[in-house]
Amino acid sequence: MNLGRRQILKGLAAMPVASAFGASAFFSSSAFAQAPATSAVNTTGLAVTDTEVTVGILHSVTGTMAISETGSVQAEKLAIDQINASGGVLGRKIKYVQEDGASDWPTFAEKAKKLLVQDKCASVFGCWTSASRKAVLPVFEQYNGMLYYPTFYEGLEQSKNVIYTGQEATQQIIAGLNWVVQNRGAQTFYLLGSDYIWPRTSNKIARKHIENFLNLKVVGEEYFPLGHTQFNSAINKIKLKKPDVIYAIIVGGSNVAFYKQLKAAGIDLSKQTLLTISVTEDEILGIGGENIAGALACMKYFQSLDNPNNKAFVEAFKKAYGPNMVIGDVTQAAYLGPWLWKLTVEKAGSFDIDKVAAASPGVAFDKAPEGYVRIHENHHLWSKTRVGKARPDGQFDVLYETAELVEPNPFPKGYQ
Amino acid sequence: MTQALSPRFKNLIGLLLLAVLLAVVLPLVLEPFRLNMVGKYLTYAFVAVGLVLCWGNAGILSLGQGVFFGLGGYAMAMYLKLQSSTLEATKIQSTPGIPDFMDWNQITELPFFWVPFKSLPLSLLAVVLVPMAFAFIVSFPMFKRRVGGVYFAIITQALAAIMTILIVGQQGYTGGINGITDLRTLAGWDIRTDSAKTILYFVNVALLLGAIGLCLLVRGSKLGRILVAMRDKEDRVRFSGYDVASFKVFVFCLAAALAGVGGAMFTLQVGFMSPSFVGIVPSIEMVIYTAVGGRLSLFGAVYGTLLVNWAKTSFSESFPELWLFGLGALFIAVVLLFPNGLAGLYRSHVEPRIDAFLGRKGRSGSTPAPAPAE
Repeated sequence: MNLGRRQILKGLAAMPVASAFGASAFFSSSAFAQAPATSAVNTTGLAVTDTEVTVGILHSVTGTMAISETGSVQAEKLAIDQINASGGVLGRKIKYVQEDGASDWPTFAEKAKKLLVQDKCASVFGCWTSASRKAVLPVFEQYNGMLYYPTFYEGLEQSKNVIYTGQEATQQIIAGLNWVVQNRGAQTFYLLGSDYIWPRTSNKIARKHIENFLNLKVVGEEYFPLGHTQFNSAINKIKLKKPDVIYAIIVGGSNVAFYKQLKAAGIDLSKQTLLTISVTEDEILGIGGENIAGALACMKYFQSLDNPNNKAFVEAFKKAYGPNMVIGDVTQAAYLGPWLWKLTVEKAGSFDIDKVAAASPGVAFDKAPEGYVRIHENHHLWSKTRVGKARPDGQFDVLYETAELVEPNPFPKGYQ
Repeated sequence: MTQALSPRFKNLIGLLLLAVLLAVVLPLVLEPFRLNMVGKYLTYAFVAVGLVLCWGNAGILSLGQGVFFGLGGYAMAMYLKLQSSTLEATKIQSTPGIPDFMDWNQITELPFFWVPFKSLPLSLLAVVLVPMAFAFIVSFPMFKRRVGGVYFAIITQALAAIMTILIVGQQGYTGGINGITDLRTLAGWDIRTDSAKTILYFVNVALLLGAIGLCLLVRGSKLGRILVAMRDKEDRVRFSGYDVASFKVFVFCLAAALAGVGGAMFTLQVGFMSPSFVGIVPSIEMVIYTAVGGRLSLFGAVYGTLLVNWAKTSFSESFPELWLFGLGALFIAVVLLFPNGLAGLYRSHVEPRIDAFLGRKGRSGSTPAPAPAE
């Protein structure tokens, strides 16, 4: 539907191939008559038939991570439905097998293996936490699968078998810090984070950028266990040090306590600059818009983005899942996965994992809700970085976006 | 004479049946992927078997067996991680030659307690000795001070929680919440191939049968009878001159060592270790396996573990969003309908018929024979 000419041209280009391979394509359903023969597009035994291709969806729909990952599942299913409605991939309808990672990393590994070995999925959309990705990565590399991973994460990783549709750390951090320095005149920073690899790595990059590139000062850095709810002593220290910017990478349920206690301690976020890279529209549902209004978030996507792609996406999402749904950064990144895979498969003219991996760099998606994105040689996405200011209604006002796409750099020199 | 030998004979038959099922039937019926999954389940069976001895026989309920499973698993994972962290493989890091997660956490040399894990024999020793030593340190003062029953269970549970927090918090040394991932070779042997997984499965089965054999020996001996006596009337055993605490410490350490072996086999077959196997939930799950199997039956524990995990996998594959309800229903059914687990079901329904068939009078054997696989 919204693929228009390119899709038709691809189909036409595939026709001679289809007729050359004769019978199997000839007997396939008339709607997909232009589909190239299965033997040509699938030489490695993936679950591809003349009319269907099987993919996997692997997220937690039970356990503590379910609340975060459900949005990703919904976005991926929406994308798959839309792709099917517009003619499928290489003339084949996408069928998905969904597995539950149950917020448990070994379960993720087990299910990933099942999707690749048993279901022979041509591609898998899934994982959310770094821990689950680390658990499945060896499985994808060993059985040569393709994973589209949606979450912004710490970087320091690159694999032939993964396409990272979220931002790596530098894409999320550097532009935001530059912006608060230029627009709020920030001189001093106080870094906060939950205690695991993503906040620690991100704060490390933030500190290097602040100290070595901006020549400004970090006046404090503190970490809290996951699920921590007592931030009073940290807040007292912040009041004492009076940093220009509170840089917060607190995740999950801890956010609720953190922002409520900040407010209770009399820190007014319309006067005190707070920049976070861990709060999206999804988290604000739990925190409450009135508790976080005025805070700045640095993301690549906000639901309130004003462009035709995003308006269509938000409308389709709400139509599918209800008018009260909110869409966060990761949900949008998850939506990109099936589309990027479709475009890559059609560029490669094959479902074979090796060909898809090789064809990935350079694939561009201009209907992305966040705008135009393109896959880099390192399998991350070129994306814009945006700064948004939280409103009491739980949405963000977009204050700034980078003029150009920001290059993904998972192994940043000078930041390690 | 035959009368006296009979329970032992039944155990032998049970062991043989289990061996045939695990080593012949399942490998023939299942494809390699499913067999590897059964292998994973069987690593929990080590814990369940230890719990039968510790909880069923000696009456010591531990809700922290995941700690020992984890210690064994981490010992193996540390060795495997060092194997895969060669200078060549880690040359991209700021400090090559150390595990990748240490490098991410700005650690620049291998911590001292990682050094022994460069050696395979030391690591294998650690798989058994570290959980045992830890179990000893924890249980000795408690049992000496006659802390038992519910209090002991609660303390072990707290231990599981503490251990998780420690591992997650010290991510530079332990890999944090991600765990230790991307394990490749054991002494140069690639453990990720299908053939390696099959071999590991059979090693696992052999070790498990050995573990059950060891537990049967302990149970059949005079020691085993003292354990049961302790469970039923601890004071009388004490007044008879036995040092109750030492027996308890012994059986707790034995269960810990078995759990450690299970953990190591888990790491080898799954390819990583994470703190999600150390915490409270997995520890309690392991008690549930034992309860479903029947807490007095060593064989029941194995079948219970297989049944629960099989149900977990197949429910979650068929109903990804509802499977936990199915699992919950299974547990409720077990508790309501056959409180003595699979072994109880076998004893009340199957065994009398077999005895009648063989023309023997129903004997109240001290050890139940296995329940049939579901």
